This record gives sequence, C-alpha cells and structure tokens, in this order.
Amino acid sequence: MSDTTGSGPMLAADGRPLKESLGRALRRQKLRALALIAPLLFFVLLTFVIPIVSMLIRSVDNEIVENTLPGAVPALAAWDSATQDLPSEDVYQNMFFDLFNASEARRHTRLGSRLNYETTGLASLFRTSGRNMDSIGEVFQDAIEDVDPRFEDGAFWYAMMNGTGGDAMLEMRRARWENLMDQDMSADIGFMPSQAIIEILPTTAAAYTDWAIWTVIDDEDVVSEEDPWESVYAALAIDLRNPATGPALTAYQGPGADALQALAAADLPELTFTEAFLDLDEDWGDKEVWETIVVYSPNYTAGYFLNAVDAQLTSEGVSMRPDNQQLYIQLFIRTLQMSLIITGSCILLGYPIAWLLANLPMRTANVLMILVLLPFWTSLLVRTSAWKVLLQQQGVINEILVWLGFVDDANRLILMNNSTGTIIAMTHILLPFMILPLYSVMKTIPPTYLRAAKSLGATNWTAFWRVYFPQSVPGIGAGSILVFILAIGYYITPEIVGGTDGVFISNRIAYHISSSLNWGLAAALGTILLVLVMALYWCYDRIVGIDNVKLGG
Amino acid sequence: MLRHKREPILADTKQNDSFVEFERVQKSYDGETLVVKDLNLSMPKGEFLTMLGPSGSGKTTCLMMLAGFETATHGDIRLDGKSINDIPPHKRGIGMVFQNYALFPHMTIAENLAFPLEVRKMGKSEREEKVKRALDMVEMGAFGNRRPAQLSGGQQQRVALARALVFEPELVLMDEPLGALDKQLREKMQFEITDLAHNLGITTVYVTHDQTEALTMSDRVAVFDDGRIQQLAPPDELYEQPQNSFVAQFIGENNTLSGKVTKIDNAKNTCVVQLDSGEEIDAVPVNVNQVGERTTVSIRPERVETNKERLSEDAHTLKAEVLEFIYMGDIFRTRLRVAGSTEFVMKTRNAPDQPRLRPGEQIEIGWLPEDCRALDA
Repeated sequence: MSDTTGSGPMLAADGRPLKESLGRALRRQKLRALALIAPLLFFVLLTFVIPIVSMLIRSVDNEIVENTLPGAVPALAAWDSATQDLPSEDVYQNMFFDLFNASEARRHTRLGSRLNYETTGLASLFRTSGRNMDSIGEVFQDAIEDVDPRFEDGAFWYAMMNGTGGDAMLEMRRARWENLMDQDMSADIGFMPSQAIIEILPTTAAAYTDWAIWTVIDDEDVVSEEDPWESVYAALAIDLRNPATGPALTAYQGPGADALQALAAADLPELTFTEAFLDLDEDWGDKEVWETIVVYSPNYTAGYFLNAVDAQLTSEGVSMRPDNQQLYIQLFIRTLQMSLIITGSCILLGYPIAWLLANLPMRTANVLMILVLLPFWTSLLVRTSAWKVLLQQQGVINEILVWLGFVDDANRLILMNNSTGTIIAMTHILLPFMILPLYSVMKTIPPTYLRAAKSLGATNWTAFWRVYFPQSVPGIGAGSILVFILAIGYYITPEIVGGTDGVFISNRIAYHISSSLNWGLAAALGTILLVLVMALYWCYDRIVGIDNVKLGG
Repeated sequence: MLRHKREPILADTKQNDSFVEFERVQKSYDGETLVVKDLNLSMPKGEFLTMLGPSGSGKTTCLMMLAGFETATHGDIRLDGKSINDIPPHKRGIGMVFQNYALFPHMTIAENLAFPLEVRKMGKSEREEKVKRALDMVEMGAFGNRRPAQLSGGQQQRVALARALVFEPELVLMDEPLGALDKQLREKMQFEITDLAHNLGITTVYVTHDQTEALTMSDRVAVFDDGRIQQLAPPDELYEQPQNSFVAQFIGENNTLSGKVTKIDNAKNTCVVQLDSGEEIDAVPVNVNQVGERTTVSIRPERVETNKERLSEDAHTLKAEVLEFIYMGDIFRTRLRVAGSTEFVMKTRNAPDQPRLRPGEQIEIGWLPEDCRALDA
C-alpha cells in the first residue's frame, strides 16, 4: 500500500506504471481463458440469453395494434372518450380501410385475439367484421359501375391511376404493408401512383396503391390486368363526397378524366361508414371496444404484466380485475407455498439419508448412493407416470390402505389431481438434489467433532444439534436453493398429477404458450417468475450468505 | 500461570490404589482378529502415562475404549474403582485432546471452551470465569473471540488443551496431540503439557508414536506392539533396560548382534554370548535362561567404548572397521563393520581427546557387560 503514497503510482522496471505492466502480463492469460469458455459462451448466448431477452421484450411488445390499424389509431387520437359517445366518421372510415387490408392479408383475426385478451368478444367482432368489409365496398362498387361500366375494367383503372411523382405515396403504403406483414415488400410492382390523381383523389390513390402492392407481391399478378378491390371504389366515393373534388376534376386532363367528371356529377350512395359498421355489428357502437383500442394502441404496453398480476389497464387507469377473473396472484402464492413445502419435505427426508451416506462404511454407502441416484437414471415422465399409478383412487397406495383396513373403501384418499399429489411426486423427484449437496458437505465433517462433543459431556442429541447440525447448514442451504428453484419452475409433474389444484405457474405459462397463444402474457408471467426467483436468491444471500452455500468440498 | 484449585492428592493412602485399571481387556473389530490382546494396566492417580507403539499396535484403540467410543469385546475397564464399561462417553467425565484438535469451527474459542460447561448447565458468570481462567492458563486469554480457523496450529493445540481441562476432569486423554506441529513448537508444547498436568495433578493418558516425546514427558511408558504391552516402565528404565528386543529396537537407536549363550554366571548376573561370526562378548542375561539358547544382544551406540582403559581387564573386545564417520556437531556418529554386520553404529562425544576416525581404519571396541543385554532371539 505504501508504494503508491508519496511519489505517485508504483513503476515497473521499464518505467511504465506497474498496473499497466501487470494488465499487459495478465491479458494473454485472460484471452486464453476466454478462448476456453468461448464455445460455451456462444452456446449460452444463443440458447439462453437471446431467448430470455426476446421473451422480456415480448412481454411489453404491442406493435400489432398500430401495425394492423395504421389509419384508425392516429385518427382515434382526436376522440375523447369522456365527452364523446362514439368516434367520428373519420375513425370508422379509416377502420374500414385498415380492416379491409388486414382481412385481405388475413391479419385481422390476430389483432382480434390480441385485443380479446383485454376485452372479451373482440376476437369474434374482428373476425366477422373483417370478413364483411368487402360487402360495404360493394355498395359503392355497384353504384360506380352502374354510372360508367368502364370502371369494371382493370386496365382502365391502371391507365387512370398510373403516372409519375407518387414515390412518397408508394413508399408510405409499402411501409404499412411491411409493418402489417412483418416481411420485405420492396420489390418493383410496375406501378407508380400519378401525382395529379393523388392531389385530386388522395384516398382513392392510397387504396389503389395498397391493392397494387398486394396484387403484385402477394398474389404475384400484374397490376394492369387485375380489377381493384372494393375498397378502391369506396375510396373513390369518399373522395367524390369532398366538395373540393368536383371543381378540381373539371380542370383535370389525365386519362379517364371524362369518366371521373361524369361520376362526380352522378348520384352515389350516401351510406356513411359509421352506419355501415353499426349495421354489421352493433358492438361497433360500444364505447368499450373503441376504448380498448385506444388504451392498447401504444407500441409498448404494461398490459401483459398487469394481466399477470390480475390487474387491467382501462381508460380510467390501472384497476384490479373482477374477483371471478383473478387467477395469477393466487397461483403465484400457491407455487411459492408448494415449493416451500416440497423443499421442507426434501430436507426432512433427505437429511437422515445424507447422514447415513456420509457415515456408513464405503460398501454400504455405495449401494445406498445407487438407490439415491436411481431416479436420476429413469425418465422423469416414467417416474411421474408411476406416481399416477400409485396415487390414484384405485391405485396401489389406496388399495393397500383399504386392504389393511386403515381406509374405508367408500372414502378412498384423494392423493392425485390435487396439491397433495404434486407435493408427493415432486418431493420424490427432487430429493436427490437435496441429498447430494447435503452428502458432500457432511462428508467433510470429521466424526471427531461428534466424539469431541461427547467427550466434553454432550449427549448424543446435544452433540448433533450443537456441533454437527450447524456445520451441515451450508449443505441444507445449497440443497434448498437447488430444490426450491427447480420446484418453482416445475412443469411436467404438476401437469400430470396436479389436476387443477396442484398446478404451478409454469403450467399456466405453458398453456398461454401452446394453447391460448397469448405469448405476451406467458412472457410477462415468465418474467415475473424470473424476477421472483432472483429476488428470493438475493434475500437468501442477504440472510444466509451465498458464501455459506457449499455444493461440496 | 493460574492454576486450578484442587484438593491435594492424598499421597499415602491413595497412591497404591489404581485410578485407571484395565483388566484382561480384549478388543476385536471383525470377530476374527484381536486388535488388543489381554491388556492389563493399572495407573495411580496423578500419573502421566504414555502409550507408545507403532501404528496398528492397539494403543489408540485402548484410548478409545477408555474414552468410551469403543466398547471392549472382553474384560473390564475401571475408573476410580468403578467399572465404566456401560457408561456412555458423555457421562465418563474424561477430558480428551484429539489429534486434529477437533475445535468446533462454527464457534469462537470462548464458545468452544464454554461448551462443556454449558452442557453441564453451569451458570453464565461461573462459566465465563472458568473459560477465562482456562484460556489464561494456556496463555490464550486474548483470543477468546477468534474462530479456530484464525489461529495457528500451536494456538489451536493450546485451546484444545484448555477445552479438555476447563471442566476439571480428573483424567485427561491425549491422542497424538502434537503430531501436526513442527519440531520446535512440539518440544515447547511437550514441556507445557507435562508442566500443566503435574501442576494440576491430573491423571493423563497420552498416546504417541514418537518415542522422544514418550521419554521426555512421561512418568511411565507403556510400549505397545501386536496388541500387547511389551514393557511398562519409567523412561530411563525403558531405555536402559529394555525387556525384549522389540522394546530395545523401538526405543532409541540400538545395535543388535545375534548369537548363542555359552556361559551364564548367575552370581555376577553376566553371561557370555558367542556371536554367529565366532567372537565372544559379555552381556547381561535378560531373556535367556540356559546355555545354548539363541539370543539377540543389544548395545546402545553411546555405550560402545574404544578406550580400553575404561573396560575391565578380562573384558571381551571386538575388531571393527570404520565404514563411515559422520560429524554431527555435539557427537560423532561412526558406522562400523562388526562381526559381519555393517550397520553397527557407535556414538562418541565431541571431546578434545576423542580421535576422529577415517573410513578403513581398524579399531577395537568393547563395552561394560551391564550395557549389553542378551534378549530374546
């Protein structure tokens, strides 16, 4: 220490600071060590760190709403749910185009499922409405084609819409498709919106561009040979309703100018989109539907996490879910409780066995050790299924108890499909994880300590409790951490013998991953579980000290 | 140094009464071989007795039987006249110092010392006082709050000693307590332990395989071999008058020559042994009874004489050739070829008149008859 005082940092023989020289000397060593662990590091990064990070992101990720409804979400910003009853016509109109595109791309049901997590019924609303978007468009299509049959022709449309200068429009619509489909859509489509048309008929140009991009890239057709979607006709009708469109059209000289001018003069249906939506499904008049969309429109949401702790996000803020929908907090508590019980029973059952293992003569201890390790060599599924055979009401245990007369035949014990079953089976399965660390710690406690205690006047019990047990505590600590952390995330055993009462939070996570496909919620539950385990580990470190944990030696 | 206050030993009335007694004790672990064969031993109160022997000779087993960790297969062990065969270790009240100290690592030094008092339900203030006194006794008073791992081997040894003494047992057993210490510390501790034992008047049974330790510390030494006590005697007697060739070999350095008894003079208690190489020497008959018997004679290296003036007129001498001369500072150690043996060693004091021999030199050696003992073959 005194080397650094007085005349600055200590110098090596060549005049460099000693710290730097030491660092240089150690660098090679560090690099070599790094090279040794590199394969494992790479493997862990690929299979563990990256999935966990992506899971964490998934639990807050909510881009699907704005990606699917790129028009309606911004339009809804103007709606104030507190004062206004329903959103404006503009919102419904945007919703029409968004849903039309989404249903063509078969993406509307995904959004429906996502929003259904928050408000029940939205899945079917989106599914049926999406299917019916073209019937709204047909109203306008029929009217327009009645005025001028040339509008039935794809080539006519192409000649009218194609031109130059619409790069900005094309790129914007492309970006929307890419967001919706989450795939590259940058290929050349052989179509460029005409700047003149964009100025006069902006909605039509946008709808036509949407259709053109989809036709070329997904349907792999040629724009000029195909007839546009119903949405394009609806867009044209919307544009023609704009009082500025008529005068602008009279000055227009481009292809199809005459047809458009004639159309502007004709009578088109007065149908509003609000009416059309309400006609399709009265739920579109339900404020809650729109509130749900507004609340869950940001790209990132705490909704999944709130859901995971039985809360929900509404337009009024965070609130607890109704009692009959609360599930997860109770499940978390149960998971913790059962893991603690399992850890406790592992200590009670494992301690004497570990003691025997550590103190019996080598030969006998080896046989016992094989018995302890035997479960390790058997498939987990087989062991759990075996417990199913043992525990069921007509199973081995009940049969024996009835035969011995301990249990009445009519009142056989219910040992399975409840938490009892989970605790029994998991205690058995996790027992080796308690015994092995205990054994390796006990093996290091010389028997002379017990002898010394007895020679000093301690009874067998006092010698054990005052001298042996304190020294075996690090083993209990290591075993408990191992068993508890394994138990808290256990899946297969509770799934098979747990029934409904005995399932863990992990079973719910698996359900959301594979059945309900609510990956966001699964991710949020998983994240909470991870944080919980880490918090417990931290507490353990603070109270017991992780230095006191010994897995051996 | 503080001392335990004890009743003075009632020397006259009690001395001959044995305090610890082994009577015809046998011990077998496997039912096939006896580890301890017919052990008989009796110790008066206050004696420091060492059990000395090579490993596997049964000395530690005897100690463990006395402590109660092993049960005797046959025979009776008595403590202060009462048989303790059926008394569990914790009720025997015997202090014990273990080979690796066995200080409880999760307790401080003071807690270690308080442990035997605590289990005896002693009050806190009394406990603290006794712990302090015991720690001061081994000069470890300042270390009460440390953990055993923070102490050096010698310090741990002192603590182990203090712990075995703190509850004032009348009998203390020590199982090779100094085995893990370096030589210098060991010698210091040897002195301290004997000093303490004698000052406190404790009866001590000490097990070791180090004969120097046994000789320097003990009142009496029991030499164990093959499950039996080969000789039980005070150190000087053991060294100078070994009763058989095992003891002679085991204690100190020793020259042996084998031969046949040719003459026994019971009046002068001497005999003549003809060595296998033909020469004749004088010896004290110890384990030989009649002429013609084969014997091994034992001569201590320091009792070999080169100066004929110190021997009697008619003493037998042997021719010897110097093979090696080692200067060891205080003594010279000379290896000789004598009567066919090349391992004959002679130790001479480094004195001005003592000649320094050269390898190859021919000399004549002899000894006083009483220094040469004719033992079993």
